[in-house]
Amino acid sequence: MTPPEPIDRINVGRRVFLGIATVGALGVAFGSDVQNFLGNVFGSGLGGLLPGGDRFRIYSITGQYPKISAKKYRLDVSGLVERPTTFTMADLQAMPVTSFSKTFQCVTGWKVPKVHWEGVQLSEILKMVGVKPGAVALTFESYDRADTESLTIDQALLPDVIVAYRMLGASLTTEHGGPVRLYVAPMFGYKSLKWLSAIRVVDQEQPGYWELNGYPVNGWLDGTTSPKNPDPQLT
Amino acid sequence: MTTQTTTGGILRVLRFDRVQLATHWVNAALFGILMATAIPLYFGSFFGVVLARHLIERIHLWTGLALPLPVIISLIGPWGRRMRRDLRRVNYWTRDEIDWLKTLGKTNLAADKFNPGQKLNTIFVAGAIVVLLVTGSMLQWFRFFSVPLRVGATFVHDAFALAVFIVVVGHVVMALSHRETLRAIFTGWVSEKWAATHAVRWLNEPPPTREDAQPPSRR
Repeated sequence: MTPPEPIDRINVGRRVFLGIATVGALGVAFGSDVQNFLGNVFGSGLGGLLPGGDRFRIYSITGQYPKISAKKYRLDVSGLVERPTTFTMADLQAMPVTSFSKTFQCVTGWKVPKVHWEGVQLSEILKMVGVKPGAVALTFESYDRADTESLTIDQALLPDVIVAYRMLGASLTTEHGGPVRLYVAPMFGYKSLKWLSAIRVVDQEQPGYWELNGYPVNGWLDGTTSPKNPDPQLT
Repeated sequence: MTTQTTTGGILRVLRFDRVQLATHWVNAALFGILMATAIPLYFGSFFGVVLARHLIERIHLWTGLALPLPVIISLIGPWGRRMRRDLRRVNYWTRDEIDWLKTLGKTNLAADKFNPGQKLNTIFVAGAIVVLLVTGSMLQWFRFFSVPLRVGATFVHDAFALAVFIVVVGHVVMALSHRETLRAIFTGWVSEKWAATHAVRWLNEPPPTREDAQPPSRR
């Protein structure tokens, strides 16, 4: 028989335990708002120092970074185009510059607000090479040939889909996909292929690396997965 | 009270049985692996370390999923009498203990087997295990959750991880500066002299209650 607990005892353990669990649950429910608030109040600089705050988490599917100098960088554009072209870094920089700040949102939950990007609209590149009739989609390849991505032609023509070579006011670093990466602002981060080396214009959409691993081909930031842009406001 | 034996003229009191020692060290090893793998996962962009990131991720995931097992297994079996008894100690506090914690140890206290600070540490670890397991699972199986919830789970997982680092460092510092309790977590024993000073309420407890007693002999 268990002796009865003396009456002056308080179950502090259970209360504190439930308190911790409650804090955790509230944090999950409102953490997104808290982070936005802190980011707005203190700017993304301090936000990056807070736990769970606005910081990039670097992924590479091979476990390595392909190192490419800006001088040796080449972007091959081929497939169903009038003029297959190889762009150097200087070629890209000579084209009209597009720049904007957007929240970088990973599909798994982390995000970095107000990231400034600079580059060339993909639509400019497509205009330059001339898309042939019958073209439906684009396939993107990374320098290490490990990662691939895809967009429909319509998606590629959105104004905030760019071939980026500057980020946060500096040349794109290797870990962020430099010297040149794709940046698809209205979709989750996995669509923005790093270390972009080739674009092929093709007659049917081919799912890329992450799509073959279960992510939606159309990874719009609002969570919808139809090919059509769900929200013209996004762009 | 607990088992006492004499070794080399010192009266020894059993503080932790083998189940408790094993639970503590398996739990500590799991926390160690999780913390060691968390650093490159979190600071990857600083270190430039991405080599074997996938492997580190797998280790972190499987260790995390195993995290609650030592505590649960040690509590549920017939081997868990002392664990369950100590769980009750950690749960129920006297007014004196609450006052002791509020004044950061300035009041007089006839201490239980664990002082209020140790009890609070245990409760925090239990809470952190649950919160980190749930939020970690949300990050792993994120497809079932909306984007704001994923952001919230990331936020909470990171904040609790930071708290765990602070608490674990504090725990280790306290352990290293208290030799007798440090020895107890390796050997299971403390001297009666230590118990009389630091855990007198425990030392003076009435004889074993049923769950603390030896298995009943066949009648």
